[in-house]
Amino acid sequence: MGSVTEENGVKASPETQHPRKAFGWAARDNSGVLSPFSFSRRNNGDDDVTIKILYCGICHSDLHSIKNDWTNTIYPIVPGHEIVGTVTEVGSNVRKFKVGDKVGVGCLVNSCRSCDGCKQGFENYCPRMILTYNSIDADGTMTYGGYSDMVVVDEHFIVRIPATMPLDKGAPLLCAGITVYSPLKYFGLNEQGKHIGVVGLGGLGHVAVKFAKAFGVKVTVISSSPRKEKEAIERLGADAFMVSSNPEQMQAAMGTMDGIINTVSAVHSLMPLLFLLKTRGKMIMVGAPDKPLELPVFSLIMGGKIVAGSCIGGMQDTQEMLDFAAKHNVTADIELIGMDYVNKAMERLAKADVRYRFVIDIANTLTAA
Amino acid sequence: MAKLPEEEHPEKAFGWAARDSNGVLSPFKFSRRSSGPKDVNIKILYCGVCHSDLHFVKNEWGMSIYPIVPGHEIVGIVTEVGSMVQKFRVGNAVGVGCMVGGCDECEDCKRGWESYCPKTILTYSNIYHDGTVTYGGYSDRIVVEEHYVVRFPDGLPKDAGAPLLCAGITVYSPMRYYGLAEPGTHLGVVGLGGLGHLAVKFAKAFGAKVTVISTSPSKEKEAIEHLGADAFLVSRNAEQMKAAARTMDGILDTVSAKHYLLPLMELLKSHGKLVLVGAPEEPLELPAFPLLVGRKLVGGSATGGMQETQEMLDFAAKHNITADIEIIPMNYINTAMERLAKADVKYRFVIDVANTLSA
Repeated sequence: MGSVTEENGVKASPETQHPRKAFGWAARDNSGVLSPFSFSRRNNGDDDVTIKILYCGICHSDLHSIKNDWTNTIYPIVPGHEIVGTVTEVGSNVRKFKVGDKVGVGCLVNSCRSCDGCKQGFENYCPRMILTYNSIDADGTMTYGGYSDMVVVDEHFIVRIPATMPLDKGAPLLCAGITVYSPLKYFGLNEQGKHIGVVGLGGLGHVAVKFAKAFGVKVTVISSSPRKEKEAIERLGADAFMVSSNPEQMQAAMGTMDGIINTVSAVHSLMPLLFLLKTRGKMIMVGAPDKPLELPVFSLIMGGKIVAGSCIGGMQDTQEMLDFAAKHNVTADIELIGMDYVNKAMERLAKADVRYRFVIDIANTLTAA
Repeated sequence: MAKLPEEEHPEKAFGWAARDSNGVLSPFKFSRRSSGPKDVNIKILYCGVCHSDLHFVKNEWGMSIYPIVPGHEIVGIVTEVGSMVQKFRVGNAVGVGCMVGGCDECEDCKRGWESYCPKTILTYSNIYHDGTVTYGGYSDRIVVEEHYVVRFPDGLPKDAGAPLLCAGITVYSPMRYYGLAEPGTHLGVVGLGGLGHLAVKFAKAFGAKVTVISTSPSKEKEAIEHLGADAFLVSRNAEQMKAAARTMDGILDTVSAKHYLLPLMELLKSHGKLVLVGAPEEPLELPAFPLLVGRKLVGGSATGGMQETQEMLDFAAKHNITADIEIIPMNYINTAMERLAKADVKYRFVIDVANTLSA
């Protein structure tokens, strides 16, 4: 199945399937190499908001998708779901936004709006949710993401960027931020005095440390790299740091954590991490290894412990997260790049060579061919 | 030189023990401590045969201390109480489950989560406060600290109620803790054995809708007509499993053999909970995606605390919940263990200790 759709019996290309010209960078095959791409966006409907994109964060999911790691990519793919921009047009039903507002779009652009999940603010668990890119929209066309000049999105799936938040450093919060904020809140790990572990210090991990500290929670970073300790403690504010392959450190911390936010997306051993949890402790997986992990059942049973998953967050939570972040000065640590650096950025991301998120300066560096 | 089991303590006792990991049980003389001020002395009437007993006599978990007198589903009558005992009198019917001691001061003990206390002392094959090995319920009598004894309700038959002391609490506790005991909840129960059949009964008493998931189509009639389950799925039947996708609030998985979790996770609604109470020795495969996309969880649970065990028994008495048992004499125990290994029992053996255990 390709990216073209039928219109009046004639196959439409990405450039012609919608009435408004758009421009971005796309990957055409699983080499994942991105290059300039002309396509089109729908007209602004009554419930829609048109956004001129200023910045877009590079999420590790973008890398997985362009390389078809999850075997569900439809090419050409325009990634990007950490979008910040300016409103340039609003539909007649739109109440929350006006032209000129600074807004954000995350991983979702639509959902069924009627299931229990949607009604409870869990649009991210709706079985019919539509992702910002690489998803089939209600009209049968592909969604294209934020590595582009503009996007048209239903008002419900847009959030306001608080006035005090820097737009470039705030962009990664649209995915990385909500991905860690939501489980901290849902699983009760945001209560003062609790002790959580954060496994992995990357895009998700570094934001998890910042949010947890803002909540008043004690944070121990668990990492495979000893050299990240100074960074974790002095710059990010973690209370403690452990090297996961150091058995003495790990043993000394056994049974001390109320919860663990596990951001690691490679296959790894869960048992030593489960031992760190107190009785009834919770390990929340937010990283998504593409092969199954080994679950040592005894470790769960002896301790009544939980391994749970969490995936981004709902729209209301996302707005709440941004407002909380603005209030507590939580932003991502970023490396701002030009659009044509994106392939190099992807190579570096694959080696975790970034502190801690690349953000594309779309407005200043994305130019139509 | 270590004392012989017969000489360690002042009171003579008699039971059946396994001497080594071939797991064969035979008559065994040993001794029990005198009742201290906080102790309750119990004449044992019945003892359930739990699958853990089988694992232990064969040292499958690598922690057995031989000779082992197993048995932690004990029902008996109080014959003596220590001077500080308040809850029990001579003649009371009481139960003893999987624990006979703990630290009593850690957070877990104080919250009524004694089964998670790192210093919990198991009813058998564990080291007690005085350094001696604990011996379980395949014996004529036992002395237990008051805190670890529960009152056995009048309305419950002592034989069919014995398995509640382990199997019952093992399914009741997670249903309560994980919020799967609400009326209208749809609960899946995987495996229809000692744990599974009681899970169905408790869940129905809670007002839940119950679907049994099993590898054996032959168990369907039993599950629905006898145990009261609302539905039955054969786990190997892909169509049935697919039709039931995203329908369950929770699943209680009692299976202790290695098996796949992914098909079970797919049966859960979003925010659904898969609770493991069976304990496979080897790790199971945990695919991360189904957890994330749906915010599902996999949790473990190990027996339950003392207060909840009492609560469970009182609930069982009120709702007439007992185990389906096969009563056996003490000298049938080795055959029973062989049959248990093949799951050839509906659904728990219970040893008629009082009438058939003779020195």
